[in-house]
Amino acid sequence: MKTEQLIDLLSTNLEPVDTQKVVRSLSIATVAGLVLASLICIVTLGMRPDLNNPGVLGFLFIKVGFAAVVSILGWRLLLKHTRPGGENHSRIFSAGAPFVALLALAALNLILVPASHWGQLLAGERLLQCVLSIPIMAVVPFAAIVWAVRNAAPTNLLRTGALAGLVAGGIGAMAYALHCPNDSLPFVAFWYGGAIVLCTLAGAALGPRLLRW
Amino acid sequence: MLVNGKSSNHELMKAENAKETSLRALMIAGLGGDGAAYGTLLSELSVHLRAYYRGKLVRAGRETEETEDLVQEALIAVHTRRHTYDPTRLLTPWVYAIARYKLIDHLRRHQPTLKNVPIEDAPEIIAADDSRAADSHFDLNKVLARLPDKIRLAVQYVKIDGLSVVEAAARCGISESAVKMNVHRGLKQLRAMISRENSR
Repeated sequence: MKTEQLIDLLSTNLEPVDTQKVVRSLSIATVAGLVLASLICIVTLGMRPDLNNPGVLGFLFIKVGFAAVVSILGWRLLLKHTRPGGENHSRIFSAGAPFVALLALAALNLILVPASHWGQLLAGERLLQCVLSIPIMAVVPFAAIVWAVRNAAPTNLLRTGALAGLVAGGIGAMAYALHCPNDSLPFVAFWYGGAIVLCTLAGAALGPRLLRW
Repeated sequence: MLVNGKSSNHELMKAENAKETSLRALMIAGLGGDGAAYGTLLSELSVHLRAYYRGKLVRAGRETEETEDLVQEALIAVHTRRHTYDPTRLLTPWVYAIARYKLIDHLRRHQPTLKNVPIEDAPEIIAADDSRAADSHFDLNKVLARLPDKIRLAVQYVKIDGLSVVEAAARCGISESAVKMNVHRGLKQLRAMISRENSR
């Protein structure tokens, strides 16, 4: 086929396109992922029963807030990465800032208490459930986000996959926080942070396969 | 091309900026549905893409006959992903990112052990041109013949014969939105077939 022929084919009866479509579908996918993940957590694990206690509710906001900041920062980077060449004008390592900030607070918390309490603050109750539940809650949001990104055109699939995993992990953590019985900063910093990092790595591993176009 | 001295460097930058401005205006018109502007854009891009790919294939030690296949793959990619262009940003880096992505994809499919694809600056894509068009390896009619009848007719009427969507709908006996949907699907399948063909 001659290239001229192809150009005629592509430009005949050209349809106008909406350049906001990428932002819109990514937003819809993210919100849908958040709603579904929260519902899944409430139905399978159940809400925390002691939320009428103001201290418990306050700590819930800290957990959700941390996960929300992670997701929002990651989402903004992800949006840039969905457009060809977008990876060239984004500072991907800024996504690590909330993790560093929370780790610093957790370290401060540990310094202020006697070393004999450290085990309790770090391990908490049902540690394994937390580390496993966050990635599980992240599966549905990850699928939704991948669907939206596939309709765009990422050119750095490893990074885009990692960011999709990061956002999905953040959403998974927000959902799991509704159930999580542990209220300690070191616990959230290490295990929520660790679970989200795990999701990010999984996203990076899957990105090149799932996002190819 | 060697550039000596500040003034000629400056001249070159000015020429590149002018090129960027004109291509971007064509793209924005094309996004709004202006087929003529869009056709001009694709023709101009094909010239730059050809030079870019020819150079890269030579450096990668590949046959230059693959150039035209890659040019067409990149044009189809530009077309099917044109909604991902942000009109507030420069067009050249966007096209370059697609061209490079398609090159890496192409080389990976052919050389699984390939590690180094040369990386360079975006301006390179409009700094060179090559209008020696050749035929690509796939035959449009053969590829079209493999599409399901409904879809093939929609593509034939709307994209090749240039009938309006209304006329095509009347001829096919289906609704206008169904024609649009079939054309969309057809182009998507063509793209998939072309990349499969190229990877042989």
